[in-house]
Amino acid sequence: MSSDPGGPAAGAPVVASVVAVEGLEKAYGPVRAVCGVSFHVPAGEVVGFLGRNGAGKTTVLRILTGYLGADAGSVRVCGFDVEAEPLAVKERVGYLPENNPLYPEQRVGDFLHFAARARGLRGPARHAAVDRAVLATGLESVYRRPIGECSKGYRQRVGLAQALLHDPPLLILDEPTSGLDPMQASGIRELIRSLGRTKTVILTSHVLPEVEALAQRVLILHRGRMVADAPLAELRQAQVRHAVRVCARVPAEALEELLRAAGVRELVRRASAFGDGVAALEGQVQAGPEALERIGGEALARGIALLELAPQRASLEALFQRLVGEDAA
Amino acid sequence: MKAWVLARREWRSAFETPVAYVFLALFPAAAALFFFVLGGFFAQRSASLRGFFAVLPSLLIFAAPTVTMRLWSEERRGGTEELLRTYPFRVRDLVLGKFLAAFGLLAAALSLTAGVPLTVAWLGEPDPGPIWGGYLASLLLGAACVAIGLFFSACTRNQIVAWILGVMALVFFNGIHAAATATAVPTWLGRLLLELDFGTHFRSIVWGVVDLRDVLFYVAATVWFLCLNGLVLEQRRWP
Repeated sequence: MSSDPGGPAAGAPVVASVVAVEGLEKAYGPVRAVCGVSFHVPAGEVVGFLGRNGAGKTTVLRILTGYLGADAGSVRVCGFDVEAEPLAVKERVGYLPENNPLYPEQRVGDFLHFAARARGLRGPARHAAVDRAVLATGLESVYRRPIGECSKGYRQRVGLAQALLHDPPLLILDEPTSGLDPMQASGIRELIRSLGRTKTVILTSHVLPEVEALAQRVLILHRGRMVADAPLAELRQAQVRHAVRVCARVPAEALEELLRAAGVRELVRRASAFGDGVAALEGQVQAGPEALERIGGEALARGIALLELAPQRASLEALFQRLVGEDAA
Repeated sequence: MKAWVLARREWRSAFETPVAYVFLALFPAAAALFFFVLGGFFAQRSASLRGFFAVLPSLLIFAAPTVTMRLWSEERRGGTEELLRTYPFRVRDLVLGKFLAAFGLLAAALSLTAGVPLTVAWLGEPDPGPIWGGYLASLLLGAACVAIGLFFSACTRNQIVAWILGVMALVFFNGIHAAATATAVPTWLGRLLLELDFGTHFRSIVWGVVDLRDVLFYVAATVWFLCLNGLVLEQRRWP
């Protein structure tokens, strides 16, 4: 597969991956922050980059954007080596750093024009780019306000707007919704979703459902090492056990007996949506339809009418906890 | 040029806060105060600006780090350095942009001290040669002072520390020869320190003919510290 990442790419090598990282190493003094990380991101993919605090996510992103230098390994963005041709890489990346650093005394519009100039945009092209970014992020009402006087939600949008100005083929967003209220976060998510239709996006987040909703693929970093790199759908299937939820209008004990007989393990009592007199239980089963058929057959044999028999989708959270949850630091 | 993009932002930012206005008011006021009042201009009963250009270097020693102290340290403290360094700027564009912003502000403050020579010209007839020479020397010395102040701002995330280090370095460079002659150093060392002393070249430009070597000394000092500044920034990619 070849792709043209767009932008001022005259002379850019034809590349299959927008991001190609091989054997990346980075240490801060004696602390090895990134150990031998490799991954590729094809054009047009939205990738969720996960890991606990201190796992090395931000360090990897900072190396991708050229802010930090790697100790070993290579990073190519749109075919350009980040050490050999840093300007070519920086021209093609829109970056929202962690904690969204901005100049508080500067007005929103002034800052965006500065960022556009820094991106090499001039004259009418600069004005058009700023107008487009302001419109896309909904910043019209705070355009003349000093950034330091804007709400956190608006500041986050300013951070996104500066990353979009030059219409980059690759967006790197480090915790784009952190610290936002639910409404603001969902607004930003919508924006990222629409950007993801035309751009390659790498985003980190601590909100796992958010990554599930936005990303097609997840990379999980744990203590500087890549512990998972797969499409979300594949990760879900790789889960050996699935959760199942069962409700019936019988005493909880009777339902428990039924489920044990059907081979369901790790039973947990839950509140039922049907009110009193209805037992609701969740448990773990082997993946596949057979386990559910066994439960149905067992219920039939005992003359219990099931109100609910629902497989629970394996959540990213469960997977994440399995991969990085043990040996909590 | 990319450096102007950054210099422009720094200027706008300086004038969004009272800092630039306060500086532009205080610097000429201090220059006039030191010359007319504390320097005893009226007592000497001669229209000479000797005292004015004798006091300017001391003012620059304190003024230059004041202008430069926040330029890098605040970027680092506020995290905006990450933004700057991931925009397509070369390191030399960043250093030059910061330098131009600070030097521009200092040059503006220097030009506002023109009231002093104009007053003297109104009172008497000063020799114009040393006035032009004095301003040229002040600009050159100012550029070197700004480069040194900027370098120390890049070395710390605390702007007060940057200011103190800058002032200490400038006091050192402006007084090494005087300090050396007070202690018994070998003649060759004394001569070397005389050449390295910022004040030597300043007096030479103000009171003699403009010698290209004196001009080049300040240019070289400025370029040297700007290069060191760039090295500090490069080095920081491997913390």
